[in-house]
Amino acid sequence: MTNEEILSKLKEAFPDVAIQVQTEETKDFTLIVPAERLVEVATHLRDHLGFDYLSDVTSVDYPDRFEVVYHLFSMKRGGGVLTLKVHLPDKEHPEVDSVTPIWPGANYQEREVYDLMGISFRNHPDLRRIMLWDGFPGHPLRKDFENRLYTYKELEPTRPKPPNW
Amino acid sequence: MLKTETITINMGPQHPSTHGVFRMVLTLNGETIVDLKPMFGYLHRGLEKTSESRTYLQAVPFTDRLDYICSMSNNFAYAVAVEKLAGIEVPLRAEYIRVIMAELTRLVNHMLAVGFLFNDLGAWYTPVVYAFRERERILDLFEMASGSRMMCNYIRPGGVAADLPAEFLPQLRKMIPHLENFVREIRFYLSDNEIFKARAVGVGFLPADMAVAYSITGPVLRASGVKYDVRKAEPYSIYDQFEFDVPTQVAGDVYARYLQRLDEMDESLKILRQAVERIPDGEYATKVPSRLRPPKGEAYARIEAPKGELGFYLVSDGSPNPYRWRNRPPSLINLSALREMCLGHKVADVVTILGSIDITLADVDR
Amino acid sequence: MQVLDDLWIRIAVWFRGLLESFLPPWAVQLTMDVLGILLLIVLGIVVVLAFTYMERKVIARVGDRIGPNRAGPFGIFQAIADAIKMLTKEDVTPTNADRWLFLAAPIVVIIPAVLLYAVLPFGRGMVGVDLNIAVVFVVAMGGIPILTMLMAGWASNNKYALLGAFRTVAQLISYEVPMVVALLTVVLLAGTMSTVGIVEAQASFPFALVTPVAFVVYMLAGLAELNRTPFDLLEADSEIVAGYFIEYSGMKFAMFFLAEYINLFMVAGMITTLFLAGWQWPILPSWLWFLIKVVVVIFLMMWIRATFPRFRIDQMLGFAWKALVPVSLVNLFLVALVAKVLEPGWARTGVLFVSNLALLAGAIAIMAQVARKREERARAAGEAAIKRYYGSEVR
Repeated sequence: MTNEEILSKLKEAFPDVAIQVQTEETKDFTLIVPAERLVEVATHLRDHLGFDYLSDVTSVDYPDRFEVVYHLFSMKRGGGVLTLKVHLPDKEHPEVDSVTPIWPGANYQEREVYDLMGISFRNHPDLRRIMLWDGFPGHPLRKDFENRLYTYKELEPTRPKPPNW
Repeated sequence: MLKTETITINMGPQHPSTHGVFRMVLTLNGETIVDLKPMFGYLHRGLEKTSESRTYLQAVPFTDRLDYICSMSNNFAYAVAVEKLAGIEVPLRAEYIRVIMAELTRLVNHMLAVGFLFNDLGAWYTPVVYAFRERERILDLFEMASGSRMMCNYIRPGGVAADLPAEFLPQLRKMIPHLENFVREIRFYLSDNEIFKARAVGVGFLPADMAVAYSITGPVLRASGVKYDVRKAEPYSIYDQFEFDVPTQVAGDVYARYLQRLDEMDESLKILRQAVERIPDGEYATKVPSRLRPPKGEAYARIEAPKGELGFYLVSDGSPNPYRWRNRPPSLINLSALREMCLGHKVADVVTILGSIDITLADVDR
Repeated sequence: MQVLDDLWIRIAVWFRGLLESFLPPWAVQLTMDVLGILLLIVLGIVVVLAFTYMERKVIARVGDRIGPNRAGPFGIFQAIADAIKMLTKEDVTPTNADRWLFLAAPIVVIIPAVLLYAVLPFGRGMVGVDLNIAVVFVVAMGGIPILTMLMAGWASNNKYALLGAFRTVAQLISYEVPMVVALLTVVLLAGTMSTVGIVEAQASFPFALVTPVAFVVYMLAGLAELNRTPFDLLEADSEIVAGYFIEYSGMKFAMFFLAEYINLFMVAGMITTLFLAGWQWPILPSWLWFLIKVVVVIFLMMWIRATFPRFRIDQMLGFAWKALVPVSLVNLFLVALVAKVLEPGWARTGVLFVSNLALLAGAIAIMAQVARKREERARAAGEAAIKRYYGSEVR
């Protein structure tokens, strides 16, 4: 299935959704989907277009927006990547629907995005921080995170204490 | 009046069989697992953040430290990603060297995985010591080529760090029959052990459809019967020029994963044989500036690392430092289905199942 | 030859004569008894030193390693260095531990282990006490460590220790049954419960040849009693870290360690006595024969430890109740029947040997059948899942 076919089939299925193709600045076939229709499009991609394998969920902090990036492949067919992107212009409280109900493999990766980038996922079954402890100040992968040496004295009070650790 | 209670056990972070600082909160009913919650982050070093303030070449040593058993494969994946981003061509000899190194790494990883699986089963270090003996010989080769045994930092964007020394290929030629014999020996001595079979057959069953849904990759996926290997599905480097099969198993249990690793070792040796015969002379690297400035853009590249699919997602803003440096760790994502595999089994099986998934905590936490 | 054979007895007789020259008879008896007890305890400790060294070397050689080679020539003082290290280590009692039980467990564990040496015939005429119910004594003393391990596991206030204690009780009680049945078989053949009598009954044929099933069952049950691979899941280091003695350190840990190796020698000694004709067999002195056989049995156990993975708790209990108990019971009836019908001699040995082998082969065939069934089930489940994923598409 070529990229054009995928795009035309998607447009056919979702005539009312503004699916954009990112043409510049990327090496891969990239689609930008409105955040509120992500789950529908993703379900369609999985069930009807054969993208049964979600390889990677990640996020990028741009000056004007957050981007959540999904890299999809087809295990039955093989072949190249379909990059699915969601733009989140709300820099204060970025929030997007979780795709964990569609691809359970997204679970830990979405938790990682939540932990390190501070993007919340609606309907995620178990949205907790994964790498850092609850109470860690800030989200390190954001560009406004102060990248310096944090002392023990500074961080120790934020750490959860037994018996709740 | 008798009443029963469940016990909550923290398995880890200091536990001999969690393969690192990994914690599982087990809820037990007697010895049966009722619930399992994995906890990560004890080895989180923030490599993704740190790399954003380094140049593209300075980030290569960080990839060594992702999955420290397979440093060469990590270098390889990162190099492929940077080359895709910056549009760098790689000389043919360098591609051959990369394939040789990647397959040797796969051998190292799989023999350790098999050895440590037996350790987790209680075989008192014997298989793992034999695995380590063979691994040492491969590490000798790595040292010969890169100067380092574990943190090789050898495969760089543009090629490899240095040409192979003259004695490398003859020694590798001698090694290949030896390693084939080693795989045969493992099969002969371990595969039919009845206790091993009793512990492994039907334990930690991962159905094929579930494996795909949970984004499981690598030997664990193929042991569940899904024929998917990045080397075949989306060939990178020069893997399309080699003849090899993608072995799969049917049962999807611990035993199938063990057999799968042995089969993959055979295939790796097949590739190595072809690569050693065909490796051409020529340049070993394209010149890449040390402050590489890839054009503004982004790229996702992936390879079939020994533990599963290892991907790198790089975003460049045209400066010498990556804007976003994302690593898709196979170990973390392969753990997604751990809970589902373990429920209803015994405490002892958790250890076995974890051993059969084959994780490195440095790769899980990064 | 005779001199060598009686060496230790001659020394004892000479020493008794020496004492009698200046002590009243009751004092002589007392001194001799105390000396005997001391000798057995010292023997226990020497055994531990020797067998820890041997175990390390054997496992190392099996694993293609060298093993201890630093402390003294060939590392023979390794065990002593370990003992010094262990005795000088800090002694930790965990908070919230049951202090008295925690303290008592390592002491209680070592007593039955040493007591058992009393009935072990080390050579011709070399036995502490020739009890006429020695076999019952062995079984009774073998039951005490179960209690100790439960004590240790409970008192440690540690969940791994508690799990280890659960496993201990389940495992040891299960394995007592086939062990006792195997012992009964031997008693039936020998017609006596005294260990000396059993050794003497094996003058022509060792019972390992007469009834291999009982031998194998006893060997496996003995491995389970000793918590050794493949039944070492009481202290499975890769699962529950160290089981019931996880919280013990220093001297207290050393006591458990000591008890383990004293028991190792004891079980090997019992196997030798019950099945391998004890100190009998020609040419070499009797005590040397005993030692050689014990070392061979222990080597076998170490070999198993170095090469086999361990069972899971349910499989292990299943193995005891579904395989060992029925097999040993059938064997008991078989032996009772044949021993009633045939007189001791070549015919009886031959009939028993062949029928035992048939029984063993039958049991193994049934177990293999079960294992194959399980493999088929696992395969079928996998195939169904693959079909579910790929649907009607061709792979």
